[in-house]
Amino acid sequence: MTATDTTLMPFDDVLAAYDPALGLEVHVELNTASKMFCGCPAVFGGEPNAGVCPTCLGLPGAMPVVNGKAVESAIRIGLALNCDIAEWCRFARKNYFYPDMPKNFQTSQYDEPICFDGWMDVTVPTEGGEDETFRVEIERAHMEEDTGKSLHVGGSTGRIHGADYSLVDYNRAGIPLIEIVTRPILGAGERAPEVAKAYVAQLRELIVALGVSEARMDQGNLRADVNLSLSPKGSGTLGTRTETKNVNSFRSVERAVRYEMQRHAAILSGGGSILQETRHWHEDTGMTTSGREKSDAEDYRYFPEPDLVPVAPSREWVEELRGTLPENPTARRARLQAEWGFSDMEMRDTVGAGALGLVEQTIAEGAAPQAARKWWLGELARRSNEDGVDLVDLPITPAQVARIQALVDEKVVNDKLARQVFEGVLAGEGTPDEVVDKRGLAVVSDDGALGAAVDNAIAANPDVADKIRDGKVAAAGALIGAVMKEMRGQADAGRVRELILEKLAV
Amino acid sequence: MSDITRSTAADLAAQLSAGEITSVELTEAHLDRIDAVDTRPDGRGVHAFLHVDRDGALADAADSDARRARGEARGPLDGVPIAVKDVLTTRGLPTTCGSKILEGWVPPYDATVVARLREAGLPILGKTNMDEFAMGSSTEHSAYGPTRNPWDLDRIPGGSGGGSAAAVAAFEAPLAIGTDTGGSIRQPGAVTGTVGVKPTYGGVSRYGLVALANSLDQAGPVTRTVLDAAMLHDVIGGHDPRDSTSIQQDWPSFTEAARAGASGDMSGVKVGVITELAGEGWQAGVMARFQESVDLLVKAGAEVVEVSCPSFVHALATYYLILPAEASSNLAKFDAMRFGLRVTPEGNPSAEEVMRATRDAGFGDEVKRRIILGTYALSSGYYDAYYGQAQKIRTLISRDFDAAFADVDVLVSPTAPTTAFRLGEKLDDPMAMYLNDLATIPANLAGVPGISVPNGLAEEDGLPSGFQVLAPALADDRVYRVGAALEALYADQWGGPLLDRAPRLETE
Repeated sequence: MTATDTTLMPFDDVLAAYDPALGLEVHVELNTASKMFCGCPAVFGGEPNAGVCPTCLGLPGAMPVVNGKAVESAIRIGLALNCDIAEWCRFARKNYFYPDMPKNFQTSQYDEPICFDGWMDVTVPTEGGEDETFRVEIERAHMEEDTGKSLHVGGSTGRIHGADYSLVDYNRAGIPLIEIVTRPILGAGERAPEVAKAYVAQLRELIVALGVSEARMDQGNLRADVNLSLSPKGSGTLGTRTETKNVNSFRSVERAVRYEMQRHAAILSGGGSILQETRHWHEDTGMTTSGREKSDAEDYRYFPEPDLVPVAPSREWVEELRGTLPENPTARRARLQAEWGFSDMEMRDTVGAGALGLVEQTIAEGAAPQAARKWWLGELARRSNEDGVDLVDLPITPAQVARIQALVDEKVVNDKLARQVFEGVLAGEGTPDEVVDKRGLAVVSDDGALGAAVDNAIAANPDVADKIRDGKVAAAGALIGAVMKEMRGQADAGRVRELILEKLAV
Repeated sequence: MSDITRSTAADLAAQLSAGEITSVELTEAHLDRIDAVDTRPDGRGVHAFLHVDRDGALADAADSDARRARGEARGPLDGVPIAVKDVLTTRGLPTTCGSKILEGWVPPYDATVVARLREAGLPILGKTNMDEFAMGSSTEHSAYGPTRNPWDLDRIPGGSGGGSAAAVAAFEAPLAIGTDTGGSIRQPGAVTGTVGVKPTYGGVSRYGLVALANSLDQAGPVTRTVLDAAMLHDVIGGHDPRDSTSIQQDWPSFTEAARAGASGDMSGVKVGVITELAGEGWQAGVMARFQESVDLLVKAGAEVVEVSCPSFVHALATYYLILPAEASSNLAKFDAMRFGLRVTPEGNPSAEEVMRATRDAGFGDEVKRRIILGTYALSSGYYDAYYGQAQKIRTLISRDFDAAFADVDVLVSPTAPTTAFRLGEKLDDPMAMYLNDLATIPANLAGVPGISVPNGLAEEDGLPSGFQVLAPALADDRVYRVGAALEALYADQWGGPLLDRAPRLETE
């Protein structure tokens, strides 16, 4: 009997018997103004099928023209990944039928990718506090176009099989994609799930720094396919792989690798063999299920796209683009740590939480470094854990975080109220200022309202008032507490203190 | 009024300019001629047109007359009507490519060639018949029935652009647009006694030309005279940013090249006769006319030499790998999802089942044959042996042209091996049909320009034959110069156009 899909081997047992080989294919949706091969806006969403033209709709007679900005972005990504840039390369047609693909072929690149033979050093923190570095080799990064998006209506699964009918939105068709493919990542062992996660997180950080994509995994701007295979420990061979799609967060990358390692091991140890196939990750159950079978026999009948001329970036242009690259991640971290005055521990926690870019952007929006760190690694990290989403995918922007801190600095809210503002923004109630308004969170510093509460507190606590009159100013804390209680926390504590001292003529 | 339809486009342009006729009169005369000869109750109409746009053409003609009255004519051909092969998209006008799968489709956009015709003020009479998706040499593969050759209604008008050639030969239009993937402009020109030009690849925009084989397709003029072709080429040619393969350069005036050639002086021109394009399978009367044309050029001062292009013997095989490969991919988009025919099988069919049923019902046998061939040629494990190998031969053919043009200014051959054959004669023999394009295919594989000029009637059947002139890429002006010279030499000999010798078509 072979193991069923859901049988898993304990993780530690997997590692005793097998070596994992990882491979990651990441699709990055570029933020160019127009699509890969036509002038339509490269914005997904909005009214379905409004952002289309004869070319991206694949109408008879229409022809593609390469988006120069997309080529530029591809080259910059390639350079940042230490790739060689092709002196001459072509697009190719990948032929297969699917209703969301207008031409029934995808214009992609096949054996002549624009970027190839690169690498990225991925840092994984260890419990001992030392960073461990894995060099991930990049096989290629190539240009291609996105497909339309199908919506299957009716039936129980939301999948094409069993649906009553399907709708297709071609607004996404033709949006430029860069597909970044790693070589097999060997030797990561027990750290394979973390390496996979760290690779995707670091790649995203790089893409954001390059400014070539919004790079939001939850929005599908950055999509990771996880390839995994196991081989008997020490054999030095490569086993049969599965390709897991629909992995929409860093956490899911880690979990999917872990799950597939355990699932493969259970099957292999039971004498079974792995089916080479596409699998779907399910965030809710933490499992993968079988998708379409994908054998090497699948024949895309690639051939060079005859409607496009070769892309031949001049060496001068490539060097010019190299000059526009952001600094390398290691140097950047050292610089930021010095600028922000973070301790080693603070810096490692920030990086480990995937918050480096977020903190940087929050500081750029005006927040003090420690305040930015405090919110992202405190309140927001807590929320991301509770909700099971990555920090970057929380529905709040660095600018909004900076604004909330500004409200604290301006004494519109205090720290405690600020937490409620975060809650409101995350719940979609609007901007920080709107949340303060709607929820009535602004602290009261109006003397009229505060004065009455102060009078009440003095009247209710004559003993304390006497002590203060006698010069024991420290006792004012008790009265402030009473006022805050009456004002439900929304009082400006500093002003309350002043009023108390005034009224008691100290 | 009937005289107008027999005038050349250049003459019509002059008459319009002189105010002797109006575009509305001219357009109406051609529409009436179409009514009279294109469809007949006995089924023996020419059937050059799949769609006639009387209202649109007359409205465009009225606009042209108004422009001219204001002194704002847009160019010499403003107001001269034209027919367009149904493989180019026309905004608001049906475009079927001769296929059932596109029946009823009205494109939302104009091909660049069509847009340039409109900008230049040419009223579009309608869309002309063709072999389905331009696959064929006889127009018999049209899903809407064949076009007949005006010289003999029981014979084919050539293909795939038999509709455009027949429309011009039957005086239904003074000008037409064709497309040429392996000879679809030139071979119909040869068998209907008309002029056809395949420009340099990249010389005329392919945007809106429904692709048969993207690396071979090229749109071009279909006319009765070389000068008319040159004037039309000047209108439709030039760089188009929507077609990445379109050439960015300043082209010389082809009209001037044709006028210069009309002097008939060929001194200083070195002409190469391609030795491989003769022999078995070539009709004796066609070869006799060809030799006569060569002799005329010699008399006019040309130096003539024999040139061998050894790789040309592989051109047909190469073509029938590259063309189906590209076509099989191009035609994948005809899947019933977004436009055109949709056949829904019984029950609750999947999208894939709808695609299959639609393509089964919507494509004709020749299209299916080539999709199967192309799919096979691109398949993993066969790619190198077929598609890859074909690309290498293609390079060798280009080298043959390079070597030849290092020595001569132009190459010449008969355009087609035979005169027009009878309808149905080769329909069941694809190889015999394919052989018709033997002489025209090398130019498409190498991207060089070519013209077919009428050079008389074959002795044995009294049907027209064509003389092909090929020039190096970008040197389209040479085919106009030499073509116009030969035309002028024959005009002296014949005392009038060849088409004057065609039988008059019965009109109602």
